[in-house]
Amino acid sequence: MPFVLWNAPISAIATIATTPRNDALTALFRIPVLFLLLAIAAGLASPARAQSAVADGQKLAFDRGKGNCLTCHVIKGGDLPGTIGPELKDLKAKYPDRNELTAIIFDETKRNPQTMMPPFGRNRILTEQEISAIVDFLQTL
Amino acid sequence: MKARFSLLLGAVSAALVAFALTSPHVVAADKADPVADAKAFQNFFFQKFPNVKHEDFVNGPYSMNDDMKRQWQEKEEFPPYEFALDAGKEMFATPFKNGKTYADCFPNGGIGIRQNYPYFDEKEGKVVTLELALNRCREANGEAPYSYVKDEMASLTAYMAFTSRGKPMDIKIPDDPRALAAFENGKRYFYTRRGQMNFSCAGCHVQSPGERIRAETLAPALGILNAMPIYRSEWSGMGTTSRRFVTCNSQTRAVPLEPQADEYRDVEYFLSYVANGLPISGPGARP
Repeated sequence: MPFVLWNAPISAIATIATTPRNDALTALFRIPVLFLLLAIAAGLASPARAQSAVADGQKLAFDRGKGNCLTCHVIKGGDLPGTIGPELKDLKAKYPDRNELTAIIFDETKRNPQTMMPPFGRNRILTEQEISAIVDFLQTL
Repeated sequence: MKARFSLLLGAVSAALVAFALTSPHVVAADKADPVADAKAFQNFFFQKFPNVKHEDFVNGPYSMNDDMKRQWQEKEEFPPYEFALDAGKEMFATPFKNGKTYADCFPNGGIGIRQNYPYFDEKEGKVVTLELALNRCREANGEAPYSYVKDEMASLTAYMAFTSRGKPMDIKIPDDPRALAAFENGKRYFYTRRGQMNFSCAGCHVQSPGERIRAETLAPALGILNAMPIYRSEWSGMGTTSRRFVTCNSQTRAVPLEPQADEYRDVEYFLSYVANGLPISGPGARP
């Protein structure tokens, strides 16, 4: 059953992609169908994707050239953490709304002008997707 | 075309005149007071770290952490800056091609004077640092200037600092509005956030000294230049005050200035002045 579910949309996409585009009219119909199929595929893959987002988020959080969260925060699983910021734990309880965490990473100076925390989103240190992956990871702590 | 150019020129000069007329008022409104600033700056650190002896702040991170301090004290028996110190002593005594030496360029033959640098040169209207004075000395005697960041410059300043060890920093701000402006400009640079990380010098070295960034302990700003130049394990070598400023900027993803740019000279003036009274400890060693 999963095979059928996985393969059907993929082969459908493949069919659409390889079908020669003869006229504008059929192309117009194809686009929403393609999006619908992609959405279904994404929905099916979501548990696996969420898992890889958490792993990506952890990587980004520890990477010196990216989030580098470990430089200032104690984080479970990270060696030699810094001490400037608070320990990152129980974050799902502290920030039930993930948008709050996203906002802090995007630009904490908005809430606290004195903060040391770099505005990762505003200054484009991290992309929106990267911030989202880090939030996924933080919510597991 | 010509008319448009002169119109533009007129507008620019009008703006300049307006700026010149208003800027003294701005300074007056701020009531620059270096004496009060230095007192407040020192008291901030003395109160934040009541257990640190005042003269110990010049030892940077070692003043913040007893374990690190013990390790450092053992290391000081065979200090990593020793080769630079020896080289600097020899360079200092070696005459230029014209027969003159560094001693001819400095008061007291350059010995025991490091605590008076940087100073405000009223003829030039700018801050003159020790590194700058050394290269000017070379150029005045027909020698090529050295790189400001390491090697020979670090060796020479290491030797000159060593002859001043223990002498209290003694920076003067003459009664000259330009000197006061240089101090204020350095202060502004020190407290202004910049670069992709949005850090100021003060964020790390006033707000967070003693805290760690990963394994590294942040040094207090108070007396931070008294230890210059330093051997840094991170650099695998010696570095000058210029090197410290440039790498601080680049590590926080800000655009570094040229060594000895006016703003760096001013920030050195500010930081040295607020450390007045604390002993020279250079050359230093840092992780």
